[in-house]
Amino acid sequence: MIPAAFDYQRASSVDEAVTLLAESGGDAKILAGGHSLIPTLKLRLARPETLIDIGRIDELKGISEDGDTIVIGALTTHDDVASSDVVQAKAPNLAAAAAAIGDLQVRNCGTIGGALVHADPAADYPAAILADEAEIVVQGPNGSRTVPAADFFLDIFVTAVQEDELLTAVRIPARAPGTGSVYLKFPNPASGYAVVGCAANVTMDGGKCANVRVAFNGVSGVAFRDAGVEDAITGTSGDEAAIVAAAECAGNGQDCMSDTFASAEFRAHLAKVYAKRALTAAVKAAS
Amino acid sequence: MAVSINVKVNGEAHQGSVESNQLLVYYIRESLGLTGTHIGCDTSSCGACTVLVNGKAVKSCTMLAAQADGTDITTIEGLADGNGLHPVQDAFWEKHGLQCGFCTPGMIITAVDLLDRNPDPSEHEIREALEGNLCRCTGYQNIVKAVQYAAQKIKC
Repeated sequence: MIPAAFDYQRASSVDEAVTLLAESGGDAKILAGGHSLIPTLKLRLARPETLIDIGRIDELKGISEDGDTIVIGALTTHDDVASSDVVQAKAPNLAAAAAAIGDLQVRNCGTIGGALVHADPAADYPAAILADEAEIVVQGPNGSRTVPAADFFLDIFVTAVQEDELLTAVRIPARAPGTGSVYLKFPNPASGYAVVGCAANVTMDGGKCANVRVAFNGVSGVAFRDAGVEDAITGTSGDEAAIVAAAECAGNGQDCMSDTFASAEFRAHLAKVYAKRALTAAVKAAS
Repeated sequence: MAVSINVKVNGEAHQGSVESNQLLVYYIRESLGLTGTHIGCDTSSCGACTVLVNGKAVKSCTMLAAQADGTDITTIEGLADGNGLHPVQDAFWEKHGLQCGFCTPGMIITAVDLLDRNPDPSEHEIREALEGNLCRCTGYQNIVKAVQYAAQKIKC
């Protein structure tokens, strides 16, 4: 399958990309790693008039630290996020989510910026991004702005990034020392996409669960923080009984997705299973 | 729309004009005549199209030829050094890591990337690294053995 014809432009800076986006009048798509876009073009599910290739913009690549905050450039590949010493140490759930994406070849090309803007409901980053309360940096014709993770994922394949904006970086704030931070998923055995993925961060404070953040992707059309699970386990000792009780709340009120592989009922069940597994692992990792 | 590209493929410089919507795998197969790289699923799943781009395994059916401008590409044809097979190729022969051979170029290229970043992988790590390469013939057993054998050979 071949993509429909399009005009191809290369941007050598963020400013140039934003300008080209504005000039395109809304019918351009940004090309980063291309591993969500190109399959879509090949199936002709999208036929943009113009592709703006941002793949060579060096200022968008790399992982650095701004004080205690990790700053990940939008063009950082999943492989680089997964193998980064900084991310593994300070945001292990994000490293685990990146390592769980696709396969080796996909991780060599796919980028965190592209994945986040695409907002596939079965993607792996959103749960970790929500649990880590990340901030997403976006640049448009009026300059740069920061979107909190909680305000980022709006609807299936829809985010807070506007048509004339470019996602430039992801900022992960530090969490309390000794926080256990995990991401676990039930992959579709054929595609590898998350049927259900759960990110959990837990700090143990005087033997009690604190700073609990639990988030899901794959369950419903939009990734979400699970306040029910968080409230249920906060303040408990995080023992098995507390975890089981908290996990029972997982996914409550969510409109679970249904497809040929997994029914909504199965996803709802998996949410509870993975809440339990993720909480167990996070409590264990918390020191 | 035509896009001008400069690519190094298997050590040779190529200058070409490609259509903006031309996929890298078609450039490799049709413009350069290197048909060892295969088109299998066309949905980015099977990995038969895998080549090395700047040393990393990439599914060439999921990349535009235009994106390859300025890169250094190695296809299956570029692994042997003229006198002998690459250790991974030799290992697939020695350990019977193929039957029909359709997935084999992609398997070998991915294995080359794996061994480059992890010279002593466990069986689990080999199987995980090859998740993006599908084989309908072998059941993967001998493919894994071939990669293990190659790792040993390369280390010595």
